[in-house]
Parts: sequence; C-alpha cells; structure tokens
Amino acid sequence: MIQHMTLRLAACLMAAMSFGAIAGSVAQAAPLKIEITDGVIEPLPFAVPAFIAENSAAGEMAQKIARVVAEDLAGTGLFREIPKDAFISTLTSFGSPVQYADWKAVNAQALIGGAVSIGAGGKLTVKFRVYDVFASQELGKGLQFSGTEAGWRRMAHKVADAVYSRITGEGGYFDSRVVYVSENGPKNNRKKRLAIMDYDGANLQYLTDSRSIVLAPRFSPTGDRVLYTSYETGFPRIYVLDVASVGRKILQTQEGTMSFAPRFSPDGRTVVYSISAGGNTDIYRMDVKSGAAKRLTSAPSIETAPSFSPDGSQIVFESDRSGAQQLYIMGANGSDPTRISFGQGRYGTPVWSPRGDLIAFTKQSKGRFHIGVMRVDGTEERLLTASFLDEGPTWSPNGRVIMFMRETQGASGASSLYSVDISGRNLKRVRTNGGASDPSWSPLQN
Amino acid sequence: MVAFTKLAALSSVILKSETNMLTYTQEKQSSGANKMKFLRGAVLLIAVLTLSACASTDRFDNDNTASLGGTGISDGSASDPTSPLYFQQAVGDRVLFSVDQSTLDSTAQAVLDGQAVWLTANSDYNAIIEGHADEQGTREYNLALGARRADAAREYLLSKGVAAARLKVVSFGKERPIEICSQESCYALNRRSVTILSTGLSS
Repeated sequence: MIQHMTLRLAACLMAAMSFGAIAGSVAQAAPLKIEITDGVIEPLPFAVPAFIAENSAAGEMAQKIARVVAEDLAGTGLFREIPKDAFISTLTSFGSPVQYADWKAVNAQALIGGAVSIGAGGKLTVKFRVYDVFASQELGKGLQFSGTEAGWRRMAHKVADAVYSRITGEGGYFDSRVVYVSENGPKNNRKKRLAIMDYDGANLQYLTDSRSIVLAPRFSPTGDRVLYTSYETGFPRIYVLDVASVGRKILQTQEGTMSFAPRFSPDGRTVVYSISAGGNTDIYRMDVKSGAAKRLTSAPSIETAPSFSPDGSQIVFESDRSGAQQLYIMGANGSDPTRISFGQGRYGTPVWSPRGDLIAFTKQSKGRFHIGVMRVDGTEERLLTASFLDEGPTWSPNGRVIMFMRETQGASGASSLYSVDISGRNLKRVRTNGGASDPSWSPLQN
Repeated sequence: MVAFTKLAALSSVILKSETNMLTYTQEKQSSGANKMKFLRGAVLLIAVLTLSACASTDRFDNDNTASLGGTGISDGSASDPTSPLYFQQAVGDRVLFSVDQSTLDSTAQAVLDGQAVWLTANSDYNAIIEGHADEQGTREYNLALGARRADAAREYLLSKGVAAARLKVVSFGKERPIEICSQESCYALNRRSVTILSTGLSS
C-alpha cells in the first residue's frame, strides 16, 4: 500500500520527464493520461504541520525548518502544500499515532511530521517522519540530522531531499549550492563578480570583487573549487578558486593566448577549456596537478564550450566547422568528433546531464534563444524555454532541473537566473541579489 | 572580510535502529582579506585609460581596472598628427564587421591602411587590438568571434608592415558593447575591432 503514493508520484515524474514515447506505457491510469495530453501535472498534495519544538529554545527554529522543507517541496512543482488553516488535525508529539482520516479529509496524500531540539552547545537536532496518508502508514523510517544552529537551512534541505527521494524514487537536489556571476550597472559598464548561494538563493556570499570582468564559473565535482575566467591581467585567463579559503590561482595556460570556457572532468583531475591564439579557438585539456596540457582539436574553426560525460570518457562541445555553431561529441582525448545536432538554428553551450542521458544546450533560432535538451545521440530534441536571450544551462544534481540565465531586451536589459524542469514545466525565477548570469549548480553536499 | 562556512560530514541516522548520533561540525574560516587581493590591471591599460577622456571613446569607465598613476600617454591635440587623439579621430581607431563575420570590407581595409601608416610613422606606440561581438550570441562563441575579428585586424596591419611585437589582441566577446539598444543599429556598431594605443611595452 505504500506504493500507492509512491507510484502515483513516480508516474507523474515519468510523465513530466518523458519524451512522449514513454507516455504510452503509463497511460492506463486515466488521470495520468489527461495530465499528459493537457500538459498539466497534478502536484501531489502534502501537509507539513508545525514541527514540534522539543525544548523551549527550539521554538523558532522548528517553525523555520518546517517552512524551508515545505518551500523546497512545493518549489519543485511536483508537490502542493495544503494550507495550515485547512487542517482539522495536528501532530501533538513526534511519533504519536496519526489520525489518518483527518488528513485524508483535507486531501493530504503525504504528511511530514518533524521535531526540533537545541541541545548543549547549540547542537541542533532535527527528526522527521513521512506518512502515506491514503495507505495509513509511515513511508520509510524516521530520520534524524544533527548539526549546528548556523547550519539549520542545510538540515531543512536534507529533510526535504529525503522526503523527495522517498516519494519520487529520485535523488534530491535541495542541499546544493549555485555559483554565478553577480551583475550590476548598465550594459555598457557592467560590473561582474562571482557569488555563491544556496540553490534557493539563501546564504549569499561574494567570492571576488568587481574590478575585473569575470565569466562562467564552474564547480568542481565535489563543489570545493570553482573554475572561472577573469580579465585580471587585461586578457581572459582561467583561474581556480578554493571556495573555503577564497584563495585562487591562475591556470598556467600558454602565455600570450586567451583562455576561457573551463570545466572539470568528473574526477576533478582534469580541466578542459578553450584557447584562442592567432584568431583560432580550440579545445585543450590539462592535468590540474602537473599542468601538462594536450590539444584536443586543431581545426581552423571555433571549438569551445567543452563538457565531459559523467563517466569521463567523452566530451561534448560546440564548433562552427560546418559553417554555424553545432554540437559534437568526441573522445576525451579528442578522437572521432561526431556531430549530434542537426536541427534548424545554432547550438551552443552543451552540458552533459549528471545522469548521462541528456545534453542541455542553448539554441538560437529565428532571433530567439532557447534552452533545450536532446539525447546524447542528438535525437528527441526538446526546447524548454524561449525568450530574447536564454543561455548557459546547468544541471541540478539529480539531472531533473536546469538553471540558466535570461537577459531582457533593450537598453535597460538585465540578466537573472531561472530554473525549469526537463519537461519544460515549473519555469521560475531564482532569487538573487541584483542581476545574475552564468549559473553553475553544485553536486549535493556531503 | 568574508566568512565562509564549511559544513563537513553531515550524517543521518535511522531513528528506530540508531544508537549513536552523528554530528557535523561547522568550521568558520575567515577568508583572509589578503587573499582577495587582486592583480592590478596590466600596465598596458594605463595608456588605454588615459584615452578614456576622449568623448568618442568606448572605453568602459572601470575606474579600478587599472590604476592611473599619471604615467600614461597624453592624448595630445587632434590637430597634431602624431597624437593618439589624431589616431583615434582622424585616422580612425575601429573597424566594423558583418553579423558573425570577421572579414574586412573595403571600408575597414581603408581605416586599417591609415592605422598602418600612422603606426609606422609613430614607432613609439604599440597597440592592443580589441575584438568585440554584439549580444546575439552565446558567451563563449562571442569570445572566440571577437578573437577572430581582432586577429583579422592584426593580420592586416602586419601585412602592411607593422611589426608583430607591437600588436597584441584581446577579445571581449559581448561583454563591452558601446551601444546598448537591442537593434541592428546598435549591433552594427558593437561588432568591431578597436586599436588601442599604448607606449613603452613590447614583448
């Protein structure tokens, strides 16, 4: 019976994420079929009663944590929170028997109960349980996280990730961060600096000042380092920044050249990037420790924006060797470049999904920009967004959501961050302090 | 001073079977302000910024990209044919490009011919050639496109006898438009290479 809820949302997820072909296999359930043809997913209703404060010091924290858990879940578009004023029952203590009928009556399919305590030395402990209301039983077992008060949001995200995982069967993505370029000022004098924040915009910190133009930061596979391009020397060069210390060093690429578009390999030991020299731009890779570099492309065309496959064996990149920007995949050592994009328009900024199944890209067609995804063989292209300028996708840790930058048109044009799920649903702006571009989503934190 | 929080080893415990509770600790790491120290802009830019006083220049007013120590070159007078101002205004410091192109049309070649003559006559000056793109393109591609444009101008100047050591290139992609509307009238002026004079350095 636990499957009741799990299955139902899993089916929703499949519908949301599928590319049409899969739809037939789940079409037996009548509501689901409607959801697909209407392009509407009915979010799963859940209730989060106030978390229990297990001692007096924890009262405010209990409320704040429950709020973040609810916002995380509702923010996915897959869940809908039942407003508290609809409740006809409550959870009086953690683990006490649940009045399932009362929750059924308000149509809560999932119920999340939690408790918070603050112990000696400010140690914060959060416990939670998830209930499948229609099956009248607990879904999985209770979990507990402990940490410091300052880390309360991370614990809330951990709780939400666990709930999301149990109900969807997918990995979560809430306990993650985003590094991006914070922007201020008019288009012809824009100030840019690196910023880092939680995935939901909380805990903003700046990593550089705005003296030099900085571009396109990219997280390392463990989130401890950031690659980015800066004009500190007057020329675009790649830097590696340690997130904890904010110390940074230049990547020792060839003197007298411009280097940009860096990304780490999945094991964090290699960086792929572009070098422009003599008007020609090609892709290189470098062993981070030894500094040994190897040239991977040598065409007279533009080759840039390389991104590794999750297993590290291949690299997707863009090239205009055909006459316009298109996507190609080659071996990690530059072997056998093969074109994968063939649609109308131009394709750039490819990024391999952490699940390995899809490649996200920016497409320009008929004066509009789109964020899209395609399978790694180039089939089943699907455009998720459209605007004057959408650019630079980055994947959520679970490969279900894409964040990107959107710039508005005209003299007062400004950039901001948006996210959208890979079905094209749940498009929304990400909270940032001022203008923002070039997001890079971290993996889930440890 | 920015404080960074590092959360290590956050662990979860199953309530029904747990006996020991794992905790995670928080380390406050004060990031030394000294590590935030930034390199000053290349000395080459000093000359560039001196030019920024000129009304027609497109140099961004990034007042801390380089420090002006009064050591820059003087703009001189527009009526003095050996002055940077004359180079900028009478000779012409920039050429324009078609959409997604880096080829030099006859107008561009005529401007560069004038630049070559001027640079040959005024050998105290070196130059950095900036390549720029309009906003209709992705960031990395536009950096590469700007590099193509700057290099096209540089190659042309080399072909007219300017020494290679005197000419550097840099691409700004779509980062520094001079015109900010989102129409072709602005885009046409943003697709450019600009020859910025400098003194004293050649490498």
